[in-house]
Amino acid sequence: MNNSLFDYTLHLADNALILGHRNSEWTGHGPILEQDIALSNIALDLVGQARNFYQYAAQLTGDHSTEDALAYLRGPAEFKNCLLVEQSNGDWAKTISRQFIFSVYQYYLYQQLQKGENKHISSIAEKALKEVTYHVRWSSEWVIRLGDGTIESNRRMQNALNELWEFTDELFIPAPYERELGKNGIAIDLEVIKSNWNEKVNAVLLEGTLSLLTADRRDPKKVLFGKEGQHSQNLNDILTEMQFLQRAYPGCEW
Amino acid sequence: MNLIKKYYYGDLPDEHNSGTNAPPIAGVEEPAWPLWEIFIRSKQGLDHKHVGSLHATDATMAIENARDVYTRRQEGVSIWVVESKYIHASNPDDAESFYEPANDKVYRHPTFYDLPDELKHM
Repeated sequence: MNNSLFDYTLHLADNALILGHRNSEWTGHGPILEQDIALSNIALDLVGQARNFYQYAAQLTGDHSTEDALAYLRGPAEFKNCLLVEQSNGDWAKTISRQFIFSVYQYYLYQQLQKGENKHISSIAEKALKEVTYHVRWSSEWVIRLGDGTIESNRRMQNALNELWEFTDELFIPAPYERELGKNGIAIDLEVIKSNWNEKVNAVLLEGTLSLLTADRRDPKKVLFGKEGQHSQNLNDILTEMQFLQRAYPGCEW
Repeated sequence: MNLIKKYYYGDLPDEHNSGTNAPPIAGVEEPAWPLWEIFIRSKQGLDHKHVGSLHATDATMAIENARDVYTRRQEGVSIWVVESKYIHASNPDDAESFYEPANDKVYRHPTFYDLPDELKHM
């Protein structure tokens, strides 16, 4: 089995699953029915993407692993999602902010991946890109609406961006498996999408009268790399809830 | 005398509709978002049909909400939205004079023609 390919597929799957799960925590609690439905839809899109990637990853193992086993039976250190997606929901502004930052990243990532050498990954990316295009649109409009809204909404939006900004550099630092697959044209060069991402994010922030943020965001001594399995307590909390049923009642179906 | 009396969809009186002008209701902190009527065209060549209503702050958001609420199962290829306050409805009190005179005028239905067998889709 190609370990780098397996790790990378899991990385793509875990990003989608964990953010999807975070968004699903809003279901039934959204600020208004229509937006509750909108965010739940995005959650479902992401979980759907995760399933596609997990199914492929399960194939790669060559044994009888399944998508469910990969989602429900791995511990936190085996998850390869970036730290951004596991951050807590906070208020609506923080959830929007997290979605916006990640969706813009995912948009440019999938755009490149669909031209990639691996047919499984490129076809999943191509299909998901339509969904992500809408996520970018939806979250961008909320960033602008809150940023260019009232003093209170602007303050909350800016705070949320400031809080999450330190997790953005991880998106563009390749993990060893990304470097390895980059040589074969399967993973993509993150530098390529970084400038696109910066441009889009800054344009939306500007329209939302929000301050642009710059690099040098993290204390290097405190850096964790989610992509390599180093996670915060947040991921433990998510997995405890998400995996409870399968852990307590292995093989349970309903 | 005010000759034109305005009724909203569902006969909501003026003061209960569209948050912007409505006085805050006791116990509710923020004004409600305006109500929008949603029309979906299910496929090319068909009319837009009314499917329901939802809340949104502006037309852009109304279209997006409609997309999320009403087209998740590929129900449509086109969405129209109109703020509910711009829909004028007939007065239910007028039903007698509006509709009942047509009751006994079956000849207004085009059902008295013999159609040739070759004619399809009628």
